Amino acid sequence: MAGQLREYRRRIKTVNSTKKITKAMELIAASRIAKARARVTASRPYAEEITRVITAVASQTTITHPLTTERPTPTRAAVVIVTSDRGLAGGYSSNALKRAGELVELLREEGKEPLLYAVGRKAVGYYRFRGRTLAGEYTGFTEQPTYANAKEVADALIQAFTTPTEEGGVDEIHLVFTEYISAMTQTPAAHRLLPMVLREHDEPPPGGPLPNYEFEPSAEAVLDALLPRYVESRLYAALLEAAASESAARQRAMKSATDNAEELAKTYTRAANRARQDAITQEISEIVGGANALASSN
Amino acid sequence: MPMRVAIVSPEQEVWSGDADMVVARTVEGDIGVLPGHVPMLAVLVRDQTVRVKVGSQEISAGVDGGFLSVTKEGVSILAESATIA
Repeated sequence: MAGQLREYRRRIKTVNSTKKITKAMELIAASRIAKARARVTASRPYAEEITRVITAVASQTTITHPLTTERPTPTRAAVVIVTSDRGLAGGYSSNALKRAGELVELLREEGKEPLLYAVGRKAVGYYRFRGRTLAGEYTGFTEQPTYANAKEVADALIQAFTTPTEEGGVDEIHLVFTEYISAMTQTPAAHRLLPMVLREHDEPPPGGPLPNYEFEPSAEAVLDALLPRYVESRLYAALLEAAASESAARQRAMKSATDNAEELAKTYTRAANRARQDAITQEISEIVGGANALASSN
Repeated sequence: MPMRVAIVSPEQEVWSGDADMVVARTVEGDIGVLPGHVPMLAVLVRDQTVRVKVGSQEISAGVDGGFLSVTKEGVSILAESATIA
């Protein structure tokens, strides 16, 4: 009886210490969401300007540039998958990996061989376990990515994109990451990074019609220089948004873990109280029984 | 008649404000941009100092790898990295 009570007390202690950890992780994740969101906002002017400039160049020149031109028979495609380094974030990584799986399947059906670039330990582990070879592995920065991290991934992608297909290069670059829609909703999404999908504008874009630029030294040279910047900036934006989503997913997972711990502690406390009461009742009845036995024997 | 100038790096907007002239070095040579300049897109040489004149003051920014974009609205300098000296 007393042993049962001790067991309950031990469990309450364990649950409470777990709760402290999950509560701390929840708070950290909450502050990281705000930080990541702020960095997304800070990076927006650059990203918007780059996109605007590319749209302007592409819409007024007739040159064919790899940045905007579809290759006639694409046979290989790079797929970048952004997941987290650590777990304890609910379905965050597995949802992104599921979305990536669908994309890979689709690319295969279209006759394109997918080359995988994994960002985050979860993706690396997932594909390693399944014996898939990865074209690139990038880990250690998913919670707080910097521009240098984005550049590292982008450099490898551009290298592959500018290599002819016969020599192992790729014709397309796809990107799978988790979009941050709100604190409650994050959805994994797949986008094609290159060749660029240019939207045909029937009406002038916001901010008036695009100006007729003069190029220095030439439109081709400007596009050549823009290509890596564009990939880097898109990747950077994706990494930041994925970081915000990761933190949001982790916050939610940790919140429900904390709630569960509270619930468990309550249940165990009740059980412990009952066990204690039972022990007392039994002791009393034993004493009474003993006293009665003594009285009747006299 | 000042023009709007912004120096932007991928991580943040480094500087923005109204200015009278921007001096930078493109791959084809030095260029000074005054208000009302024709829209232009130029590739800047690596590792250089861009000077922005505001009245009698001058702001210099260390800029590495970027573009100079001139539109009707103003001038943006898009740099891979930029620091205000």
